[in-house]
Amino acid sequence: MNALAQLVARRAEADERGVSRRDFLKFCGMVAVAMGLEASMGAQIARALEGKKKPSVVYMHGAECTGCTEALLRLVDPYFDVLIMEVVSLDYCETVMAAAGHAAHAALQKAIRNPDGYFCVIEGAIPTRDGGVYGQVGGQTMLSLFTEVAGKAKGVIAMGSCASYGGIQAAAPNPSRAIGVGAALKPLGIAPINLPGCPPNPVNFVGTVVHLLTKGLPDLDTSGRPKLFYGKTVHDMCERRPHFDKGEFAPTFSSQQARDGWCLHKLGCRGPWTYNNCPTALFNQTTWPVRSGAPCIGCSEPGFWDQLAPFNRDVREKGDDA
Amino acid sequence: MADKAYTGRIVVDPVTRIEGHLKIDVSVKNGVVDNAWSSTQLFRGLEIIVKGRPPEDVHNYVQRACGVCTTTHSLTSIRAVENAMGFKAPPAAELVRHLILATLIVHDHLVHFYHLHSLDFCDVANALKADPVAAAKLASEVSGRDVPPGDLFVVQGRLKKFVDAGQLGWLDNAYFLGGHPAYRLSPEENLVLAANYIEALRVQMKIARAMAIFAGKNPHSQTMRVGGVTCYEALRPERLAEFRALYEECRTFINHNYLGDLTILGRRYPEVASYGRTTNYMDFSDFHDPETGKDPFFRGGVLWGHAIGKTEELDPAQIQEHLSRGWYKPGPPAHPYDGVTDPDYTGYDPSGHYSWSKAPRYKGEAVETGALARRLIAYSRGEKETVTRMDAWLAACKLKQENLFSTVGRTAARMVESVILMNRVQGWLNDLEDRAKAGPVEIYREWTMPDEARGVGFCAVTRGGLSHWIRIEKGKTANYQMVVPSTWNLGPRCDKGKPSAVEQSLMGNPVLDPDRPVELLRTVHSFDPCIACSVHVLHAGGKRSFRIL
Repeated sequence: MNALAQLVARRAEADERGVSRRDFLKFCGMVAVAMGLEASMGAQIARALEGKKKPSVVYMHGAECTGCTEALLRLVDPYFDVLIMEVVSLDYCETVMAAAGHAAHAALQKAIRNPDGYFCVIEGAIPTRDGGVYGQVGGQTMLSLFTEVAGKAKGVIAMGSCASYGGIQAAAPNPSRAIGVGAALKPLGIAPINLPGCPPNPVNFVGTVVHLLTKGLPDLDTSGRPKLFYGKTVHDMCERRPHFDKGEFAPTFSSQQARDGWCLHKLGCRGPWTYNNCPTALFNQTTWPVRSGAPCIGCSEPGFWDQLAPFNRDVREKGDDA
Repeated sequence: MADKAYTGRIVVDPVTRIEGHLKIDVSVKNGVVDNAWSSTQLFRGLEIIVKGRPPEDVHNYVQRACGVCTTTHSLTSIRAVENAMGFKAPPAAELVRHLILATLIVHDHLVHFYHLHSLDFCDVANALKADPVAAAKLASEVSGRDVPPGDLFVVQGRLKKFVDAGQLGWLDNAYFLGGHPAYRLSPEENLVLAANYIEALRVQMKIARAMAIFAGKNPHSQTMRVGGVTCYEALRPERLAEFRALYEECRTFINHNYLGDLTILGRRYPEVASYGRTTNYMDFSDFHDPETGKDPFFRGGVLWGHAIGKTEELDPAQIQEHLSRGWYKPGPPAHPYDGVTDPDYTGYDPSGHYSWSKAPRYKGEAVETGALARRLIAYSRGEKETVTRMDAWLAACKLKQENLFSTVGRTAARMVESVILMNRVQGWLNDLEDRAKAGPVEIYREWTMPDEARGVGFCAVTRGGLSHWIRIEKGKTANYQMVVPSTWNLGPRCDKGKPSAVEQSLMGNPVLDPDRPVELLRTVHSFDPCIACSVHVLHAGGKRSFRIL
């Protein structure tokens, strides 16, 4: 390298140390806040995450649409590249991994024999009809493969509503008899941490992972969801709540009231029945459905595709011909 | 690596870096593929699930066919229902939908190239040997953008730290590790691509954020409904300005980095521009004028053979789906309105049934759909921007027109389409902004659901022509059918045994190392497979209904 290059290089190196360290601490502080802790706890989280080895994550895809993985790609704190290069070791994930076929299978076998253990994340439901032939990976049914991978894991996270409760393919009449991870693994005595949502907010995933690494299992509600993120209803935290309290409801989507941001309750909003942090965590760091004028469809509730549907009307009219 | 040319079978299962579950099976003779079978490995049954539900609710359900081309199924469903009602959404709503669809397509192309495809060409480990100053010079030359050497030095240092730590994570067992004869980029070229891989992770997040301003969230939009869109909040000046800033930033990356990286690829891998051929091309029209509903910016059609200059208009009545090689009970080929399906899993048998996918055919022939099909149809019609940009890419890579019909051609077409679409977005955004400035904008219109009707929605989505077909009875969904791009591209053989687009394209592919068949991945990935979309296909409108056990 010539002298100029060396100069550029030294400067870049200094920048790199500063910037990435700053980003990392910012991320830890953000996580601390998301976990309901003081921001000053960020430094403690940073120390816990800066161990010699990165914790291994094995990410499996079942009957799903990959929307949860896409949601993870939208992470900002940390960026996805920071997550997989500096925070965890993503040892298996079919959507992004370089290896394919036999080499991918070998990577999975190596990961689940890791003496340091691994966390298993499952996105998607598990088809069980006819022994599970409706979903196969490498000639093995998802049911058999996931049982093997989750059975040996230090902890299991069900990523999204499909993994948590069966999701879209489990909606009536559930043609492939798809079930959630918790239901599938019950015979093994494994209860996953459920992170429902369609998709789940990636912030909730990162917060859960950090909690697992620093403080162990988070406190869960009766549906297996971390109370940190799913402790309140969307309705309770909704920015349009003052309109609800005053009885100010938009009657139609074309009305002046809809234009003025009034409550969407009478247009089918399921916020009062839905436990999630959308109004405070936001999606894509910029908005969430109700802010954008779209009623909540209750996507983090078990069975919402049937029980909270039809979505096109006030829930009090639901009985008519649901 | 094998000492002599390989003869035998190669199965890649799972194919990774795609959406969904796919198995590829090929027969190789003297190092060249002479037969291929594409097998989709998941069945979900979304069409039966929406049966009996309110038509205006269906878009929520079918959107979950796919979280990658998220929103396209929602939009196509809304179009099918609006078509059935004879309804036209307000022009401003159509503009918002254009902006959502355009940012989705560009986002998808970008993630596809960098995060699903580039590791088939880029040896990340080899980038550690690069001289960052030389790499910066190269990057500046191909991208037309001043790339500071320090940026590349930082990336290289970060990669080195990552590799030295010994946990390769998502790069473990990559075909390129330890060297592979089919990976031929120089260390500097590898560094440029690796740096853009990381940068593109951040750029895609921003395009998705831009989309979410209108869509309410990404993935899975919530603001598009039958009747229009609901995002009044996004029409405020500061929100439009936020969109514009994100858009401009992403556009710069696409016009320079993405474009430059395809030049590197085309120059260094001319042989990949000579295999991966298919025969026929088809796509639908989209981005119609929001006022008139005419003059699509993407103009559909059919191109038979490689007869540039002879494009045919598309006739949707000529679409049929064949069942005989999928895991379904046999039946005659049928138009989507008349489809009959009865799933029947019988195990994997390439000489018989071997996929959960059905086999759509146009006039009985397999056609490729997607960005390459769209650009070839536009090129064939002499549409100026496409011709100029496709020819510029060919010239920069010293390739010929025939090289467009190839694996790299398919990948370059996505880049060209992204550039063209991003340029067009500005006009739609300006139009929307002018309307918003002029006063309250109508973005939603009330409608009445008919008791009996049928309708179809067409959409030119990331991976090709998507169509949804709905029959409404007693105001409810009586029948719902989706014919999706990845079924066209990656389905099995038809009743006459004619291979699908991807099966055709694999024949003739070289395989240098049967244990690490990267050439197969290159071609399969060049279609950007989206299997969740293609395997839910269950036509609920036939005489026989789903067999519930």
